[in-house]
Amino acid sequence: MPELVIILVKILVAFGALILIAAYMTWMERRVFALVQVRYGPNRVGLAGLLQPIADGIKLMFKETIIPDRADKFLFYFAPAITLIPALAAFAVVPFGDTVTIFGKKVDLLIADVNVGILYIFALSGMGVYGVVLGAWASNSKYPLLGGLRSSAQLISYELSLGLSLLGVVMISGTLSLKGIVAGQANLPYIFLQPVGFLLFLVCMIAETNRAPFDLPEAESELTGGFHTEYSSMNFATYFLAEYCNMVTFSAVAATFFLGGWRGPILPPVVWFLLKILAFMFFFMWLRATTPRLRYDQLMAFGWKVLLPLSILNVIATAVIIVMFDL
Amino acid sequence: MLSEVIQGMWVTIKHSLRSRETVQYPEVKEEMPVGYRGLHKLLLWEDGLERCVGCKLCSAACPVDCIYVESAENDPGNPTSKGERYASIYEINELRCIFCGYCEEACPVGAVVLGNQYEFCEDDRDKFIYEKGDLLVGSMEEVPELKARYSEQKLLKYV
Repeated sequence: MPELVIILVKILVAFGALILIAAYMTWMERRVFALVQVRYGPNRVGLAGLLQPIADGIKLMFKETIIPDRADKFLFYFAPAITLIPALAAFAVVPFGDTVTIFGKKVDLLIADVNVGILYIFALSGMGVYGVVLGAWASNSKYPLLGGLRSSAQLISYELSLGLSLLGVVMISGTLSLKGIVAGQANLPYIFLQPVGFLLFLVCMIAETNRAPFDLPEAESELTGGFHTEYSSMNFATYFLAEYCNMVTFSAVAATFFLGGWRGPILPPVVWFLLKILAFMFFFMWLRATTPRLRYDQLMAFGWKVLLPLSILNVIATAVIIVMFDL
Repeated sequence: MLSEVIQGMWVTIKHSLRSRETVQYPEVKEEMPVGYRGLHKLLLWEDGLERCVGCKLCSAACPVDCIYVESAENDPGNPTSKGERYASIYEINELRCIFCGYCEEACPVGAVVLGNQYEFCEDDRDKFIYEKGDLLVGSMEEVPELKARYSEQKLLKYV
């Protein structure tokens, strides 16, 4: 029984924190954008605009939900949830702190130590695309449909490299469990052993979370809103939240795989973990503020002709080195 | 391609260190430039008489017909203006006004001028019809912001 309570508390705390962080990332993004564009951004609601996400949330809740006339109503309501749930659930295997002792009980600061952690994350993040495609299809409108099509085509061009980019880390650590991978980085973060893998993962991660310069499914300048053109009110908020949850989750994964997860000197592990996530989030925003969107065929060519060969080469090189030096 | 992205990111990070251009409006107010056309003002002479002689030229010049003037004969013993007549009613619909400044150009005695005030919000449309009492401000000497912009010669170009 206490085990169950501990698990439930962990789930509540981790997911609550994830959603809260995701909500505040919208504020941070607007502030970072403003910084780059020599503006202030939201700084009116509360101290430095810190209550802005709450105000936005309340505003979205009170907005009217508009459903297109010929939309598939069930899928239209269901699709945002399909994107949000995997984005949240993928976080379950990411360790966000060391083992701590609470009330004389040893508690691992991760929700589930799955021994195929990476596969679990990839499976779920692949699921997220279904939400985008289904939402686009259910809208029964041309812009969302185009966004959805792009999303599915984009998926096949980077997902392979995404998986392969982490394979080097898996080969070095010899485990698929994220806890084991963090344990393997006690001396040296894998970013020093897998610099190419890190860069590849960084690029694929941006494509996976549909962020600029790979935000083709959304592409507001061409497709109005892409897959979520027809969405309004809380349905739209769900998509929005899912995007930011995805970003946070993938930042957490990147931190776990390449920067040593929660490891770090002086500060408590959870703080280190949050700092690393924030660094990745800042990178996301900084990149979005800088780069123009890639053209559709450019992304496909980049995915197949650059990312995939590079990641395969990286895997081969890692394997050869491991075998040669018998590591 | 990577070098271009890095170059671009260097540019954006440099920008983020600049001082920001935004004026935090309600707290910080920018000085309006000389020549800014804001809320109308009706001027007086230095001796306290109204400049406006009720000629309705401003009303005629107004491209959107937002000025309404009714004039009356001055009482010779106790004149309101220096001319034969004065404006008994002088109304400007500030919602309709496009702040083109033609009224001020048309005015032969330099009575109606555009000031540099731009904050006049109300919660009711009717409150935007400014009457003589709302517009009369005093003589040139008493309104320093106008003194910087208008010389007496410019105001009295037709007299």
